[in-house]
This record gives sequence, C-alpha cells and structure tokens, in this order.
Amino acid sequence: MRKLVKHAGRMVIVLLLGGFLGATLVRIAPGYGVDEEELDSRLSQESLQALRQSQVHDRNLASFYLRYWAQLLHGNFGFSVALHEPVRQLLAERFPETLKSIGMGLAIGWMFGLGLATTAVMARSSVIDVGASLLATILLCIPAAVLALLFVIAQAPGRLVIGLVVFPKIFHYARNLLVRSVALPHVLTARAKGLGGLRVFVWHVLPVAAPQLFALAGVSVCIAFAAAIPVEVLCDLPGIGQLAWKAALSRDLELLVNLTMIVTLITLLANSAAELVAQPMRAGEV
Amino acid sequence: MKAFRVTAILFLVVVSATCLLADFVAPASYAQQFRDVPNADCSSQHLLGTDDLGRDRFSRLLYGTRVSLLLAPAAALLSSLLAALIGGSAGFVGGWLESCVMAATDLFLSLPWLFLLISVRALLPLNVAPFTSVVITFGMLGLLGWAGAARVICADARTLCGSDVVLLARASGSSGFRLLWRHVLPNLKPILYAQFWISIPVFILAEANLGILGLGVAEPLPSWGSLLRELESFSAFNAHPRQFVPLILLITTVSCFHLALQKEEL
Repeated sequence: MRKLVKHAGRMVIVLLLGGFLGATLVRIAPGYGVDEEELDSRLSQESLQALRQSQVHDRNLASFYLRYWAQLLHGNFGFSVALHEPVRQLLAERFPETLKSIGMGLAIGWMFGLGLATTAVMARSSVIDVGASLLATILLCIPAAVLALLFVIAQAPGRLVIGLVVFPKIFHYARNLLVRSVALPHVLTARAKGLGGLRVFVWHVLPVAAPQLFALAGVSVCIAFAAAIPVEVLCDLPGIGQLAWKAALSRDLELLVNLTMIVTLITLLANSAAELVAQPMRAGEV
Repeated sequence: MKAFRVTAILFLVVVSATCLLADFVAPASYAQQFRDVPNADCSSQHLLGTDDLGRDRFSRLLYGTRVSLLLAPAAALLSSLLAALIGGSAGFVGGWLESCVMAATDLFLSLPWLFLLISVRALLPLNVAPFTSVVITFGMLGLLGWAGAARVICADARTLCGSDVVLLARASGSSGFRLLWRHVLPNLKPILYAQFWISIPVFILAEANLGILGLGVAEPLPSWGSLLRELESFSAFNAHPRQFVPLILLITTVSCFHLALQKEEL
C-alpha cells in the first residue's frame, strides 16, 4: 500500500511538471494569442483592437496557468483550432483505433521477441540464435516510418509494423537477460541433476528474469506509442498518432500538448504498474 | 566477430570520407535541376538517375548522407554533454537535486520520443531556411535526448562518490567543483563515450522518421529522412530499384554503428 501511494505521488508530481511544461510550451509558441480572424483585411482597426483585447486575459502568465489547470481539472482538454472539434471528442473518436494498433503490436512484438529469445537460449541452437539476432538487428536499423512505407507498398496490414518495431527491443533484452539467468549456479545445478528443459525454464530461469521482463513491459508501451505516429500517418489509420501529426503540421498546440500529456499519463501508468509487479518479485515477496 | 567489427568501422570511415568530399565527388549540386531529364534512368551522367524535379540522385545521396552523418554525432555530443552535466552533478550532489533530476528524467523517458519531437518541432516556424531547419532538427534531438544517458551517468556518479578514489581525494582536502572536475568526471569518461556512440544511430533513425513525416530538414537540402520520403511515390508500375539506395545505405550504416558498438556495450 505504501509503495502504491509512493508511486501515485511520484506520478502526480511528474504529471504536474509535465502539465507545467506543456502550458509553457503553448504560452511561448510564436503563434500564441494570434487569432486567424486578424488576417481578415475587411476588419477595421477598432475590430482588430477589440479582438486583441479579448485575448488580454490570457496574456497574463499567472492567469494563463490558472485557466489551463482549471480546464484540465474539469476534464476540459480545450478546442482543436485545426480540426474545429473539442479535443476530448477527438480523443474519444481516435483512441480506440490506437489502442487496437498498440495492443496488436505489443502482442506480436512480445510473442515473437520473447518466444525467439527463449527458443534461442533454451534450445542452445546457434542457428536460431544467429538468425533471430540478425533479424532483430536489421529491424532495429530500419526507421518505423520506412517499415510503414514498405508495408503500404506491399499492401500489408500496417498495424503489424508496431509489432516489428517492438520485437527487436524485446528480443535483444530478453535474450541477454535469459543468457545471464541460464548461467546462474542454481540453474546449472538443476540441469546437472537432469531436470527437463521446460521445467528448468519455468521453475528456475523465469522467476529470476521475470522482474526485469515486467519492467521491460512498461517500457515497451512507450516504444509502441512512439511507433504509432509514423504507422498511423503513413498507413492512414485514424488514431491519435495521426492526430498528433496533423496537430503538429497545423501547429495546433493545445491539441498536441494535451495529447502528449495523455500519452505520458498512459506510459507512466504502464511503467508504474510494471514496477509495482516487479518490485515484490525482486524482493522475493512473491 | 572482430573481422565484422573492423569491416563495419572501415565502411563507416569510407562513407564518412566520401560524404565529406561531396563537393568534389558529386557530379552536381544537390539543388541543381536538369529540367530536360526529370525521372531519368541511371546513366553515366546520373549514376542513380534523377528525381521528379530533375535533380541528380547520386549527388543528393552524398549531400544527404553528409548532413545525417555529420550532424547526428554533433547532436549526440550535445546530448552526452548535457547528460554529463545534469547527471554528473545530480549524482555528485545527491539529495533534492538528484530527486529533481530523476523526476525530470522520468518525465522525459515516459514521453514517447516522437510525440515530444513533433511537439517541439510544431513550436518552431515551418517556413525556416533549409540550413536553419537542419540546425533545429539536430539541435532538438541533442537537447531532448539527454535523459536516458543522464540516468546512467547519475547512477555511476553516485557509485563513484562512495568509491575509494573519491574518499581518498576528499581526505586529501579536495572538495566541491575541484573534486567533481578532477576525480569524478574523468572516471565517467568511458560511460560517456559509450552513451555518445549509442546515441548516434538513434539520432540518425529519429531524423529519418521526422524527415519522412515532413517535419525534418527542409527542401531543397537533402537528408536521409527527406530522401526516404521519395518512397511514398513508389508504385509497382514504375518501380525503380534505385529508389531503395538511400534505404540500403541507411540500414547498412546504422548496422555498422551497431556492429562497431558491440564491444562498447559488452
């Protein structure tokens, strides 16, 4: 319980810091406080003055931060200038698509990454090890955007790209971790006593590697979210990655900053959950 | 393995040297248009043909590689220096400074890399001059990429502060900045070098991703990101394998960095 409170407290501090930075980013952006209507040549000087006056309350930095936080606390994420829709509505429309892509990507990445790492280490086959390492290294050297483009050219489902981006990181980390775990004295003793490969893996290798694998699970969520941007943009999947890109191109900072905050919250939650599960394992409480 | 490593380093040296000499090796400027021959096939005049605007692909590849290969290390140097400064100070001072730095690194590491990059890129003017866009893109990578390295350096600096070397230096009367400068930072050099080399391929790939999304280096200046953007117009009907040359060079170069790094990582 104490750990849970500590994690929650840390997360709130990080989010507050993130919110403050986000608000500062919006505030210092070159286009902040400039209304598109000001470009209308039919407007008189008086009208322009009136328009500028309407922005005055936000030009005060303190009131700007207060308004920003009051809005956030009331669940109001602002209004997208570029897409002419409330940010909340845009998120509700696009989040399921991204969750689907990321869920599928993580499942594929983990299945192949952990599966191949386990097979390579437990089967002690250099062919599998070298083959899988080569594949993972090649995938690690290809930008996610290029993979997405290649999938578009091949008319393959774009969602798989997230899996291919996650896979090499999982494979390399899991392989190195399992190699170290397999070399531990108690595992060697178990093998020497004639225990079967599966039994050695489940009872002796996995419990040692599990805490770090859980920590990796949290990190992989962050990797998958980052990969979602190029994948959704190039494969035309209407998720929040595509939304972030559109917001960046049209300089819709309110949308972009809120989007980044929400993604940060999700990755923080994933990391904290992974850490909470891993910590007692490390301490040998489970 | 050693042979692979040597080959990788040799390849990187040859590619870097060729790109540095792009002004002499390239048959044309990266922006020069041969308007009579847009989308030309490979020939003795245009080794990789020309693009939609009639620009020599080979020249653009050389200049693009130069931009990516010169500025990614510059960005890596910037991020490593920031990491040394922030992480080293935090680990050395400890207490509230270390907690603040750890919270900041938590925040940076929780933010998906590309979300952060495009957010900051969106703050900057989109109609900047090509050279400014290069500086902005790589400067941004350098300024935002310090968190992971700072965490490692902070942990290392903390361990170092409890080591015999530092205890002896303290006992000899060394303290404060002198202790940090003379005893802690020199011992952090190996980890700093490793972080520097690890960052280069990461920044090359990040620039490529940004470039393909149209948020990287501005035209007409080429970079690997902008060159790879041409793949968007690829179709099975007018397929030209030469369009994949920048991709093959990028993959080979980044693979060579990984191969060359393996000893460092171990």
